[in-house]
Amino acid sequence: MIVQPVLIIAAALFSLGIYGILVRRNAVMVLLSIELILNSVNINFVLFDAMLADTMMNGQIFSIFIITIAAAEVGIGLAIVLMLFRNRQTANIDEFDLMKW
Amino acid sequence: MVIDKVNLLAESKITYGDGGVLAEYAWILVVLPFISALLITFTGKKLPYKGAEIALATIGSIFVYSTALLYQHITEGIVNEFFVGVGSIGSFDIEFGWVVDGLSIMMYFVVGTVALLVFIYATNYMKGEIRYTFFFTSLTLFAGSMLVLVSSPTLIQILIGWELVGVCSYLLIGHYWEIKENSSAAMKAFITNKIADIGLMIGIIILALNTGTLRISEILYQSTHDYEAIKNVAFLAGVLLFIGAMGKSAQFPLHVWLPDAMAGPTPVSALMHAATMVTAGVYLLARMFPFYEGIAHEALEIVMLFGVITLIAAGLIAIVQDDLKKVLAYSTVSQLGYMIAAIGSGAYTAALFHLWTHAFFKALLFLGAGSVIHAVHTNSMLEMGGLRKFMPRTFTTFIIGTVALAGLPPFAGFFSKDEILASLNHEGETTFLIISIIGAFVTAFYMTRAVALTFLGEYRGHGHPHESDKMMTVPLMFLSVFAIGAGWVNIPGIYTGFTTWVTTRANAIIEHHPESFDYAALFSGLAAGLIGISLGYFIYQIQASAENGDKAIKVEPIWTVLENKYYLDNFYFKYLINPTKSTISNAIDRFNTNVIDRIINSFGIVASFLGQIVYNNFDQKGIDRLLNASSTGTDNLGGKVKLLQTGKTQQYIMLFLAGVVTISLLILFII
Amino acid sequence: MELYEIVTYFVLLLLLSTALRVVTTTNVIHAAVSLVFTLALTAVLFLLLSAEFVALVLILVYIGAVIVLFLFGIMITRAPLGKNAELDNDKNKKAGAVIAFSIFLLFSYILINGFSGEIAIDQATSTQLLGEILLTRFVFPFEIVSFVLLAALIGGITLARKDEALIDEDQI
Repeated sequence: MIVQPVLIIAAALFSLGIYGILVRRNAVMVLLSIELILNSVNINFVLFDAMLADTMMNGQIFSIFIITIAAAEVGIGLAIVLMLFRNRQTANIDEFDLMKW
Repeated sequence: MVIDKVNLLAESKITYGDGGVLAEYAWILVVLPFISALLITFTGKKLPYKGAEIALATIGSIFVYSTALLYQHITEGIVNEFFVGVGSIGSFDIEFGWVVDGLSIMMYFVVGTVALLVFIYATNYMKGEIRYTFFFTSLTLFAGSMLVLVSSPTLIQILIGWELVGVCSYLLIGHYWEIKENSSAAMKAFITNKIADIGLMIGIIILALNTGTLRISEILYQSTHDYEAIKNVAFLAGVLLFIGAMGKSAQFPLHVWLPDAMAGPTPVSALMHAATMVTAGVYLLARMFPFYEGIAHEALEIVMLFGVITLIAAGLIAIVQDDLKKVLAYSTVSQLGYMIAAIGSGAYTAALFHLWTHAFFKALLFLGAGSVIHAVHTNSMLEMGGLRKFMPRTFTTFIIGTVALAGLPPFAGFFSKDEILASLNHEGETTFLIISIIGAFVTAFYMTRAVALTFLGEYRGHGHPHESDKMMTVPLMFLSVFAIGAGWVNIPGIYTGFTTWVTTRANAIIEHHPESFDYAALFSGLAAGLIGISLGYFIYQIQASAENGDKAIKVEPIWTVLENKYYLDNFYFKYLINPTKSTISNAIDRFNTNVIDRIINSFGIVASFLGQIVYNNFDQKGIDRLLNASSTGTDNLGGKVKLLQTGKTQQYIMLFLAGVVTISLLILFII
Repeated sequence: MELYEIVTYFVLLLLLSTALRVVTTTNVIHAAVSLVFTLALTAVLFLLLSAEFVALVLILVYIGAVIVLFLFGIMITRAPLGKNAELDNDKNKKAGAVIAFSIFLLFSYILINGFSGEIAIDQATSTQLLGEILLTRFVFPFEIVSFVLLAALIGGITLARKDEALIDEDQI
């Protein structure tokens, strides 16, 4: 089957993730949206692997790495959000605007 | 054009040489005083004698050099002239140079001798006076200017020397310019001379245009060889040159400056207004004599007329003067009249001989008067008297001078005056002769009056007069030697060396040379002198006291006219000076203040106005605003741009992504 | 159309809707659960694309660990449960939508222009082969990634530790 629909959906997922980053107020929701983005990239990689019938399976391996890194990143990200919450008692990222003029 | 010197002089059988080294270096005489004037100006004040030593050294060397020249001239004869070209105007070459011939050498000697003695006298006379150093600078400058005049081979140089002596005269007469009278007298001298100089300049221009040259020797050559062009203008040029001479040599009616010039210090009067500057006019006529004798003969008639008028008019005024220096001043005017009359009658040698002797005895008289004035601190003879007891040497030398002036043998004046009378007789000018003889009488009379009022009788003043310093009396003694002996160089029939001296020049002098004394003239002159002296002595010493003598001879209307100098000064003021002052001078002054000054001021005003405009508009509003705007603009911009930094992460991401999209679109579709 | 294609399109559609739910819902828990569904559907898609191992890894790691982590995070940060209208930053919505849409257009344009073709794989991925390649060709990144995990582990623990003995974070 043709690959175009999958690609379009992957792009849509990506842009939805972007939308989520820009719009969500809660820090955890932002991290959620980042997961969405990473997920869409995974789809792309695997799709290309399927499209090319890669004998080295580069796409899939890379996708595994991405998943791994995403997990590590979420761990750290949530730790940071936890610390911020401890400091300010809020997870609202609009509150963390100390680095302003 | 070749001037055939040899042939001309062969006509008069005079031998001469070219002067050798002395003549070649005679320019030192002219240049040296100017250099030392500069030296005195810049170093005079620091020297022990305040610059007088430089002046004395200079004039001393001039005296020595001129004596050497005279000696060589007497033994060998020198006729030479040197030219230095400095450029040309159109077809005329402007040349300076120096002449070394009989006439010039005689003048060098006169200037050198009298100047040396006057300088020595002045170092003592002017001691302690204000501007001592500047006085000697001016005196040295004057000596230089006079030498420029008498050494000039071109009309241009004569004119330059003429004006230079005028300037120095102005400086020296106005030496005590803090008193208004003195500066006015200096101005009067300068302006009167300047008016006469108009004639001189026009005459020179006419001569130059019609002969095509400025060299005197060539002009004289053209005159004596009947060139057409110069013949047409000869009379006019001759009269105009004489007008110039009238100013310098104080002939009636341009003599008015000389008595007022007595406001200057006495050494100045002695040097300039007795011996040197006033003789410049006579020198000019003598230098141009071949021109006058050759083709401007009619002009000589006018010259003689004015000379005679001057001699009698000035002599009469001298009788009524109470100021000792004024008596001598009018006496000088009168004697100059004699010299001019002599030239007018064609007696070249007689005029120069009188110039020669007059220089010595008039300088002597002036220096003696200076000695007297220095002692009694007043010029007025009414406060003098009996000074023979206090100042014997001055008295003796003054008497010698008086007798020389009056013309008694064997003193100098006798011989020179006699020659003039003889020449007038020879020309057959009886009226003028009689007038001159009366003039001789008058001369003797007023001089005796002056001597009586000053030295004889009893002292009428309030001071304590005493004899003057040696530095003042020694020059007096030297001059009296000259006053006695100067006449012996031209005794007709016995020794006429002077004639030979002064006629040894490039263009021959055609005149009558008397073979022996003209007894008619001799006796009448002698008688006039003796009668004058005795009458004077009688009225002023014997019959009554000196001051009362005036009463005896006072013939009222005539006395007042004489006292007012023939109302000549009033005439000049009323009809010449005041009209000019009130109309032209005022107009020019108003033009100067209102127009010229305003124009100049307006430049400044316009400039400052423009400056204000530029400052207000460009600088304040324009440039300042621009600079301020740039800084506030940057400030504002920064203020607005900093608002981008909100610290909100989402906004940063938004901007970042917007940029990414834009650039991607750019890359994809445009680039 | 084949069954394969229909199923693929269906999965993609669901994917889209769940992802939409993730970013638009006002309920935090609903967002997290929607993400679970998105990830699950992604795994199904992977299965369809014959990437079985990756699908299973996805389910294990992502859904099994990451989402749980998220839920813990939601709990600890006391995110307001239930519908909460304050979840969205209203100011950013318009600009965010514009940017997201433009990025979507851009990406789809690039992808469609750049790639065309068909899914060529026709057999299941050999896990053994995958493992071999992973540990021979990609052994270096493999080790590095394990380091990264170690660092994340240590970092996570350090950051989130609520220890009184830890006075100054700089001492770490």
